[in-house]
Amino acid sequence: MSRTEIRITGFGGQGVVLSGFIIGRAVAVHAGKHATMMQSFGPEARGSACSATVAASDEEVLFPYIERPDIFVAMSADGYETYRDDLKEDGILIYERDLVHPVSKEGQRAFGVPSTRIAESLGRSIVQNIVMLGFFAAVTGIVPREAMRDAVRASVPAGTEELNLKAFDAGYAYFEQEYKGANPREEEETAAAAGPAAHA
Amino acid sequence: MKADPAGVLTGVHYLDGDFACGEGAMAAGCRFVAGYPITPSTEVVERISRRFPLMGGTFIQMEDELGSMAAVVGASWTGTKSMTVTSGPGFSLMMENIGLAAMMETPCVVVNVQRGGPSTGLPTMVGQADMMQARWGSHGDYEVIALSPQSPQETFDLMINAFNLAEVYRVPVLVMMDECVGHMTEKVVIPPAEEIEIVPRTLTGQPPESYLPYKVDGKPVPEFARAGDGYRFHTTGLTHDERGYPVMSKECQEKCVSRLLDKVRRNVDNIVRLEEREVDGADVVVVAYGITARVARIGVELAKLQGAKVGFIRLITVWPFPDRRIRAVAEKVRAFVVPEINYGQMVLEVERCAAKAGADAVLVPHPGGGVHDPKRICEAILGAAK
Repeated sequence: MSRTEIRITGFGGQGVVLSGFIIGRAVAVHAGKHATMMQSFGPEARGSACSATVAASDEEVLFPYIERPDIFVAMSADGYETYRDDLKEDGILIYERDLVHPVSKEGQRAFGVPSTRIAESLGRSIVQNIVMLGFFAAVTGIVPREAMRDAVRASVPAGTEELNLKAFDAGYAYFEQEYKGANPREEEETAAAAGPAAHA
Repeated sequence: MKADPAGVLTGVHYLDGDFACGEGAMAAGCRFVAGYPITPSTEVVERISRRFPLMGGTFIQMEDELGSMAAVVGASWTGTKSMTVTSGPGFSLMMENIGLAAMMETPCVVVNVQRGGPSTGLPTMVGQADMMQARWGSHGDYEVIALSPQSPQETFDLMINAFNLAEVYRVPVLVMMDECVGHMTEKVVIPPAEEIEIVPRTLTGQPPESYLPYKVDGKPVPEFARAGDGYRFHTTGLTHDERGYPVMSKECQEKCVSRLLDKVRRNVDNIVRLEEREVDGADVVVVAYGITARVARIGVELAKLQGAKVGFIRLITVWPFPDRRIRAVAEKVRAFVVPEINYGQMVLEVERCAAKAGADAVLVPHPGGGVHDPKRICEAILGAAK
């Protein structure tokens, strides 16, 4: 993996920072590569826009901040609006389908998941971010699925592992159902065709 | 001596620099922390205050930073490894008692997670502008040791060095972190306790009747007696003799102060640690520390792509300054390039050491609130190579 830059946004309380932490941990600890996670330390109170970034690479990460993400995860409309223009021209947008209504941009691929509704169907809306992580793992393939599951297991509060892994698997499965054959890792062209328009 | 397993969280972790700092302190045997919360250092004491009860440590949230540093000095005299953690504004308030610790030869560690200044400046954003304060912040002549980590892993590792150096030289050791390293999360490997070498507090073998707290017998530091062990002695910030009693004379002043300086100055080569890359044959050598060292390496690579012969020296130990090494390198290079997140602090030391050989010292300043654009460092290197 050459240097891959990821930004995750949402509102405070959605688990934005934990999502960045789990991605970074999966890459650096469970997949044996390098990942530096930074989080916004502004005056974000619960409910306002919040952001975390991960710089992941096969090699040592020297520059800790990101400029233009390759992958942009938007869990709230506010976060999407704030950072959408930063996404690389050929970047991947991953978004909460019921909360974010993205404007399609040529060259960029977009993948939506109703992560809040899926989490609610599992009985706890708080695992929305983990549903999103499962979906993220399936879309990007940035680390093997098991590495990401290991990172989830090691990062959530004791006693909640089962619920969180169920949430992760639900998000992963959603991608496989909705975007089968559109995996950007395998079929670039199909994936491009299944961009934002497919979900309009 | 090996580390106490109770304080060592062996394993492969994903930690921010502040948490790694706390883990390093606990692994090093620190069992007393007094502090006053301040961004961006608070996570260090949050971590420690949660974990200390498991290993018999004591954390006190003090009324302010003056009290924090005073408590650390007092706790160290019970033989407990002690530290405080702060950022710029708190560091300023600690200066008086850092001087007291230096004068009383009290082993202790002070962590400064630097943010933008002056005054309350930029609480949540990075700076490296307390570097000269670390060296000269308290009044009078004294020496300290200061270290600067570039990653959470190195923060963990250097905390162990810091506590060990504090014991060997009986000085305050300052760990000059920065907000970027403090708030960045990366992989941190914590080894098993039996792989961590610890310098314990060495207690005097003298009986209380003949013990003199500041008698050195040709050694760099005097023997230590803990408060509470039946040794009745005096220690003070006033100029003192071997008994620890104040003596107001220039002869005693010379003896007392010169030893405070010499115990560090005569051991610079034993204390200083540098990371060097491709210094031999270089026209320009970049000197950097902390987060800026990582960013500077990108600048070095960019300049090499344009044909420049560039070396790199990272200051792991920032104080005492590696005079001898910089002077030697100055003989062979055209210039040093020194990027730092301030308007010129460590560059003054480089300039001092480079002057005799006629090498330039070029500052690449940054006001704080972010890190350098590596392209600016590259441009400075190319400019200095001409």
